[in-house]
Amino acid sequence: MTQPVTSEPIEALPPSLPPQLSPRAIARARRRQAAARAWREYRRSLEGMIGLGILVLFVAVAIFVPLFIPSSELDVTRATGTPFSPPSAGFPLGTDESGRSVLALTLWGSRVSLLVGFLATVISVVIGSVVGIVAGHFGRWTDSVLMRVTDWFLVIPFLPLAIVLATVLGPSLANIAFVIGITSWPGTARIVRAQALAVTSRPYIERARALGAGDWHLITRHILPNVVPLIFANTVLIVAVAILSETTLAFLGLGDPLRVSWGSMLDSAFTQGAASIGAWWYLVPPGVAILLVVLAFTMVGQALEAVLNPRLRGR
Amino acid sequence: MSEVIGERIWPTVLLLGLSTMLSTVIGLWIGIRGAWRRGSVFDRVSLGASLALYAMPEFWLGILLLIAFGVGVGSFPGLFPTGGLSSPNTELASVSGMLDVARHLFLPCLTLTLAYIAEYALVMRSSLLDELGEDYLVTARAKGLREALVLRRHAVPNALLPTTTLIFLNLGFVVSGAITIETVYSWPGLGLLSYEALRTPDYPLLQGVFLLFSAAVIIANVIADLLYAYLDPRVRTG
Amino acid sequence: MAVLEVRDLTVSYPTRAGSVPAVRGVDLTLDAGETLGLAGESGCGKSTMAAAVLRLLPPGTRTGGSVLLEGEDVLAMRPGRLRAVRWTEAAIVFQGAMHALNPVRRVGDQIAEAIQLHGKVGDKQAATRVGELLEQVGLPARRAASYPHELSGGQRQRVMIAMALACTPRLLIADEPTTALDVMVQAQVLALLEELGRELGLALLLITHDLSVLAATCERIAVMYAGRIVEEGPADKVFEAPAHPYTRALAEAFPTIGDRASRRNPHGLGGDPPDPRDLPGGCDFHPRCPVSIAACPTLELQLWPAGPGPSGRRAACVHVRDGRPELVREAPVVPVGEDAPAHRG
Repeated sequence: MTQPVTSEPIEALPPSLPPQLSPRAIARARRRQAAARAWREYRRSLEGMIGLGILVLFVAVAIFVPLFIPSSELDVTRATGTPFSPPSAGFPLGTDESGRSVLALTLWGSRVSLLVGFLATVISVVIGSVVGIVAGHFGRWTDSVLMRVTDWFLVIPFLPLAIVLATVLGPSLANIAFVIGITSWPGTARIVRAQALAVTSRPYIERARALGAGDWHLITRHILPNVVPLIFANTVLIVAVAILSETTLAFLGLGDPLRVSWGSMLDSAFTQGAASIGAWWYLVPPGVAILLVVLAFTMVGQALEAVLNPRLRGR
Repeated sequence: MSEVIGERIWPTVLLLGLSTMLSTVIGLWIGIRGAWRRGSVFDRVSLGASLALYAMPEFWLGILLLIAFGVGVGSFPGLFPTGGLSSPNTELASVSGMLDVARHLFLPCLTLTLAYIAEYALVMRSSLLDELGEDYLVTARAKGLREALVLRRHAVPNALLPTTTLIFLNLGFVVSGAITIETVYSWPGLGLLSYEALRTPDYPLLQGVFLLFSAAVIIANVIADLLYAYLDPRVRTG
Repeated sequence: MAVLEVRDLTVSYPTRAGSVPAVRGVDLTLDAGETLGLAGESGCGKSTMAAAVLRLLPPGTRTGGSVLLEGEDVLAMRPGRLRAVRWTEAAIVFQGAMHALNPVRRVGDQIAEAIQLHGKVGDKQAATRVGELLEQVGLPARRAASYPHELSGGQRQRVMIAMALACTPRLLIADEPTTALDVMVQAQVLALLEELGRELGLALLLITHDLSVLAATCERIAVMYAGRIVEEGPADKVFEAPAHPYTRALAEAFPTIGDRASRRNPHGLGGDPPDPRDLPGGCDFHPRCPVSIAACPTLELQLWPAGPGPSGRRAACVHVRDGRPELVREAPVVPVGEDAPAHRG
């Protein structure tokens, strides 16, 4: 009843390595080969490559923007344009309520939005992975307790919790990143825990223990390598959510008032009445930027998941 | 404080209830059709549209729709009111009053529906694609069932199980939507109340609303667990 | 008229790298009341063949030849006729009944679905019939209310058999019905199939990789390799005195219970079945064959008569064609792990 295998032929085993290589070097070589194979598989996904291209572009812009747009353009006191003027030769994307160039704001805003997104993701993934690995590996009541906590966090709606935390902590980039990280780790924790559970129950772990392996060794040498690719794919998707969260929090006025981000632009635009004036040039660019970045991360994340789980290929 | 909260509940319930119902029905349908006819034009277009809608902040979509249909772009006049629940001096209990509320409800409801549709369509499509690879569907076909019935009687009901779980897990998403969209459209519900409490700032009010939202979501999740146990016999006997 | 007549059936799957042949020209005949066993390793095309009988192949699959079920070609039927024929003329019992049954519906409902699909049968009547069917396979009627996960592997397999009999088909195809079952349960299921076949006059097509199972239950055996039939004939003769080297290897691969020597010295076949995308050419078995000769890689294979008289024995081996069956019989049996000796002579 099963179909014959229709996937690609199994790659030839690596050519025999010289026997002098230590086990660690062999493991490293094997890992490099696995990575190369994964990259080749990833390259086959059109959407994965497009997403990656967009991301590289955005990150490059975020890093290099100070080189071609001076930060003085963001200074309200030195704004030269008429407020709320539509796109023109001097201001390709029009101006905001203070006469600053929307183009400059959008490009500079990418730095904050991306930075906060990445930072929040790091916090979230680190917490989530630690919780997941500890729960999955040690099991029993450590697992139960941690899972209760995780479930609680999962159930509580994100935005109300984030709002309360943000108002308590005060508006700053680090705080926002912290708030988003603190509220989004359960997703990673669950995935990591499932994988850690699966790995811990494998026979070779039992054998390693019989040989005297301690928990730290088991975690770093066995569980972690199996879990890292999964975390990686999951991380990419989390960045997308983190950026959307930052946008939402900034829109509600919880962002750092001194920094421009895409979310804060939308906040200013809205509260200053851009909608009633019909100043679409102020509202469209930040939104489009968010849309593109989040789409790109999602595409990359899905392509990565397909590489890791062949069952998902061809979706 | 409880009166303030109390009078804001029904607009939120109205808005969320209507958008959730519409988006569930339409979104699930789109997801099913897309998975069944994977790779077709319908699938690719709906997948692309869903991803795009999912990737954009829902309040951004709201503002754009507000400008397009509320304010009017260029010489195009606004068709819908730009905010609030109803026009001043309208008797809410009358027919014309209700129609007026409906006019005001249209844009915020449309925005939220579009935002939620994307989520439901993507999740349903994914679940159904997973289910379509299962062996028991071959058995069903072998018995002589035609494709439409194989889908409707076997694949879809089974695919709805993980879908239901995922949807309930994302109820927080629904709540965030309420807050931001009510803000954009000045819809006088709990979401707008949170925003006002945030801006004032009125911490006790903020905490009160937060508790209410959390309680609602927790209750919904409990219902979800019970519902799932009812639907999936494997969970019942453990 | 034979219940099932397969004529030159070919099935190929489309892949990124082109069309991959799974079945390459198979002929089979099965009469009412007959039991035919189809043996071979995984990937030889036997399950594809089974699926082809009811046209249950995945979309995009290309077929050639004809599959005549009670005289009608299944491959040429219109969809409506095909759906009517499915289950009423031929039914399949799949392997791994855990996944072949819908996990969230009661087994009784799933059987009743088959009954009510092919006739105007009311709910009460259907329920009665379900009870009868379950008892026929040795299960208490009240098991109809169980869910698949509440039953043991053997019980699920019986449910699958009961379901297959629901519309009184003339042909029952059992695809690996005993894999993943305990030996004791295997014996019970096989006995059940045999008994039902006799009682109901069914034509039974039993598909498995376990040759010993077939030898005990079937009248005739056909052995498949790389999408083709390489030997067929009366079951006992094929098992005791195989005419094809592959059949011999299959038969030898199973240790004799009680014989210590055979346990310590497992015989089998080194290597793997050929990748259907990259077939060796000529006789596909030649790379693993202990008695292959220089002519084998370029041989035009066909089933030559083997054995005396009209016994119906045929095998696709050059030694059978040349009338030298002893070469196959006396070929060295290669212990597992060693490669076949190089081509000889």
